[in-house]
Amino acid sequence: MANEEAVFFSRALTELTLSFHIIYATIGVGVPLMIMIAQWVGIQKNDEHYILLARRWARGFVITVAVGVVTGTAIGMQLSLLWPNFMELAGQVIALPLFMETFAFFFEAIFLGIYLYTWDRFDNQKKHLLLLVPVALGASFSAVFITIVNAFMNAPQGFDVMNGQLVNIQPVLAMFNPAMPTKVAHVVITAYMTAAFVLAAIAAFRLLKGSDHIYHKKALYLTMKLGLIFSIGALLIGDLSGKYLAAYQPEKLAAAEWHFETEGEAPLMLYGVLDGEEVKYAIKIPFALSILAHSNPSAEVTGLNEFPEDEIPPLYVHYLFDTMVTIGMFMILLSGLYWIGMKRNWTFIQSRWFRWLIVAGGPLTIIAIEAGWWYAEVGRQPWILHGLMRVPEAATTSGHVGTMLYLFAFLYLILGVGSVVVLTRMFRKNPVEREILDREAEKTAERQTKGGDEE
Amino acid sequence: MTLEIVGITVLISFLFGYVIVGSIDFGAGFFNAYSLLTGKDRILTNVIQRYLSPVWEVTNVFLVFFFVGIVGFFPSTAFYYGTVLLVPLSLSLLLLGIRGSYYAFETYGARGHKGYSFMYGAAGILLPASLSIVLTISEGGFVEMVDGQPILNYRELFMSPLTWSIVVLSIAAVLYVSAVFLTWYANEAGDREATDLLRKYALIWSLPTIITASGIIWELRAHNTEHYESLLDLWWMFALSFLLFIGTVWLLWKRKNYGLAFWLLIGQFALAFYAYGISHYPYLLYPHLTIYDGFTNTAMAAALVIAFILGFCLLIPSLFLLLRLFLFNKEYVRGRKEDEHA
Ligand code: HDD
Ligand code: HEM
Ligand code: HEM
Repeated sequence: MANEEAVFFSRALTELTLSFHIIYATIGVGVPLMIMIAQWVGIQKNDEHYILLARRWARGFVITVAVGVVTGTAIGMQLSLLWPNFMELAGQVIALPLFMETFAFFFEAIFLGIYLYTWDRFDNQKKHLLLLVPVALGASFSAVFITIVNAFMNAPQGFDVMNGQLVNIQPVLAMFNPAMPTKVAHVVITAYMTAAFVLAAIAAFRLLKGSDHIYHKKALYLTMKLGLIFSIGALLIGDLSGKYLAAYQPEKLAAAEWHFETEGEAPLMLYGVLDGEEVKYAIKIPFALSILAHSNPSAEVTGLNEFPEDEIPPLYVHYLFDTMVTIGMFMILLSGLYWIGMKRNWTFIQSRWFRWLIVAGGPLTIIAIEAGWWYAEVGRQPWILHGLMRVPEAATTSGHVGTMLYLFAFLYLILGVGSVVVLTRMFRKNPVEREILDREAEKTAERQTKGGDEE
Repeated sequence: MTLEIVGITVLISFLFGYVIVGSIDFGAGFFNAYSLLTGKDRILTNVIQRYLSPVWEVTNVFLVFFFVGIVGFFPSTAFYYGTVLLVPLSLSLLLLGIRGSYYAFETYGARGHKGYSFMYGAAGILLPASLSIVLTISEGGFVEMVDGQPILNYRELFMSPLTWSIVVLSIAAVLYVSAVFLTWYANEAGDREATDLLRKYALIWSLPTIITASGIIWELRAHNTEHYESLLDLWWMFALSFLLFIGTVWLLWKRKNYGLAFWLLIGQFALAFYAYGISHYPYLLYPHLTIYDGFTNTAMAAALVIAFILGFCLLIPSLFLLLRLFLFNKEYVRGRKEDEHA
């Protein structure tokens, strides 16, 4: 009964919207925390540069938030428009975190408005910083709540099925499903990591483009240090995510590792190509899959052959998983070298090629986010609700989805190009050197006319 | 009160919130574009930047709250409305996309880009039109069930006078609400020129608003008799609403107390809106879906209500703070406090 074309286009539109939204959403989760840290450091050290850093980041943030909100609204509605049957069923069990998310949005939106428009209203900078706390909390909790919904799709619980009806529903139990702890933690910490490396990339880029201002060096050091911490966190929690998969969605892990036969002492395969069931040209790390899955080099890891043919996800997820992990390792290495290098005065970390690597780190972490989500979502196939509902059963039957796909693609194109153009123009028109001078001139003028009053 | 009623009351209230703040926002965009054409843009652009930019995201959340809430409390709406509304709501989303990005892009980037301002203004008119289709469809008669799937009959929808009256009402009402609010705001800001201009707009749009509103009640008689009868039972609410309308127009005419005029307008719309909502009871979609058969399970409903109460306790003080800083702060409104954003 499902309309195949509608299913196909619904998938494509969902993929498109989410892949676009996640770029802005990730920045939206991570950057408020970075702003908060920079402003805090600035107040503690009484260093104008950090305050200015916070302020300039906040200005760029407005643009990314705008696109995040717009695309988020789109995906929020599309969930009902494209997957009406899924929402009708799942809504009975998992509507609670979705609903709570709107409060997180509310909270964030209100305080963001206040924060952005009150930069000079308070004499005490700490009061102003305080306004940012609800913004950062709101953003992170949006991510927490929406990820809980996604975790539920992977490991549904909190209800019983009787004669095709959901009974005995427990919304809170559904929220605290087995996928939730690792998923939420991994998503949130990778968002922080991404924000740190994107901002580091910008600082490194300015340094490469001729500005030798200490402002950019401070920015780079701060963000790389934070990036190192968060990327190590991402690795640790990523490892726990693997253990979750081994226990609850073994087919997803096995697909990522092209692991066909259930066996112990399983090696981790990196890259390579698949020839039937044979893996060729792969880098083999002995025991590593057993360790990732069960923390034990000889533990048995379930293979794909245990599952019926039509419940195995597409095997290309292997490359997605590898991309994510490779980038994760690379970023730890890069930021680790930078940090040690700064302590030990190694000169190569000031060199151009190293800075170019840092610049590359920004887009790379975003690619890791995309790869990670695609892995998690495609790896769940063919299920939309793991073990309960398949994707084709969930989709709309409308015949117009294809047209909508083109319309939205057009919208995202405008938004994507628009945000990039506006961001570059904004910072090119007002380089930091000039802003520092302007602010100093302002301060002296102010001191001459009066001592500050106001609240 | 049953949980069903609690749920729908909360949702209707947020929808009402969105109708008001959204109207102010949409209308302002239109007037802004219009004044660009007539060379009076300076007047309105200022108001938009000072009042609307800090709160646009909040406006948007009202909408998000409504559509997330309704599938939460009434999951079956996802099935019925989700299936039939794909096209109209996707178009609304595109328009929302243009509008949402406007504030950020315009405030910081391409300031004064005329093409974008016109798109933004046009979106302000098209949005209420496209969103109001949902109300029209809810009156029934446009959705058929074929093989257990709801199908929207576009031909019927576009041929129906009811559709077009609701579209006209939504546009007129948006412009009216917005003009009345902005008159007040400009007056508070001490901007005589803007106040006069906006007062004129408000008076112009008051008449179409009330005429189409009455016309729709009339058309419902033919389209949905059941709904029409229950509307008549609530005649006193509409009568009160009409009195408040007279009050607003009178104050505007006499150039008196624009603040009170705006609050009377809120009263007018609230009475009419709730009367409409109550008379719609128990249907979410005539005649297929009522709030009783579309309702979620009790456990979820109770959880949602609790979450709502807790969330509300967080929300109210924050909203209050926002309004105090940007709407009721005389210094800010007049632009004396030179708060540059970020
Ligand atoms: C900057 C981004 C980033 C980086 C560097 C990593 N991850 Fe990741 N990973 C994500 C971003 C991400 C993500 C986008 O946040 C995902 C997608 C969905 C999810 O739950 O998190 C994800 C999912 C995800 C999953 C699937 C979880 C599930 O489907 O429930 C596993 C097993 C890992 N990751 C493991 C790792 C390991 C072992 C890494 C080693 C460094 C790693 N990730 C680095
Ligand atoms: C924001 C990051 C996300 C990205 C990039 C992403 C990506 C994807 C992709 C690629 C698919 C298609 C899989 C396929 O058809 O092969 C998909 C499907 C889907 N995802 Fe996600 N997803 C994300 C988060 C979420 C979250 C948080 C939810 C739930 C609240 C969700 C709900 C869905 C639904 C309903 C589908 C359609 C059914 C399906 O095809 O499996 N996604 N997503
Ligand atoms: C199916 C998946 C998703 C849905 C339905 C969704 C829904 C939404 C909605 C409705 C908004 C706009 C809220 C507003 O008006 O302020 C939004 C924005 C946002 N979303 Fe998503 N979202 C999804 C996936 C994600 C994921 C996976 C993350 C985090 C990792 C995320 C983080 C955010 C954040 C932080 C914002 C606020 C805007 C910003 O700060 O950039 N969302 N989302």
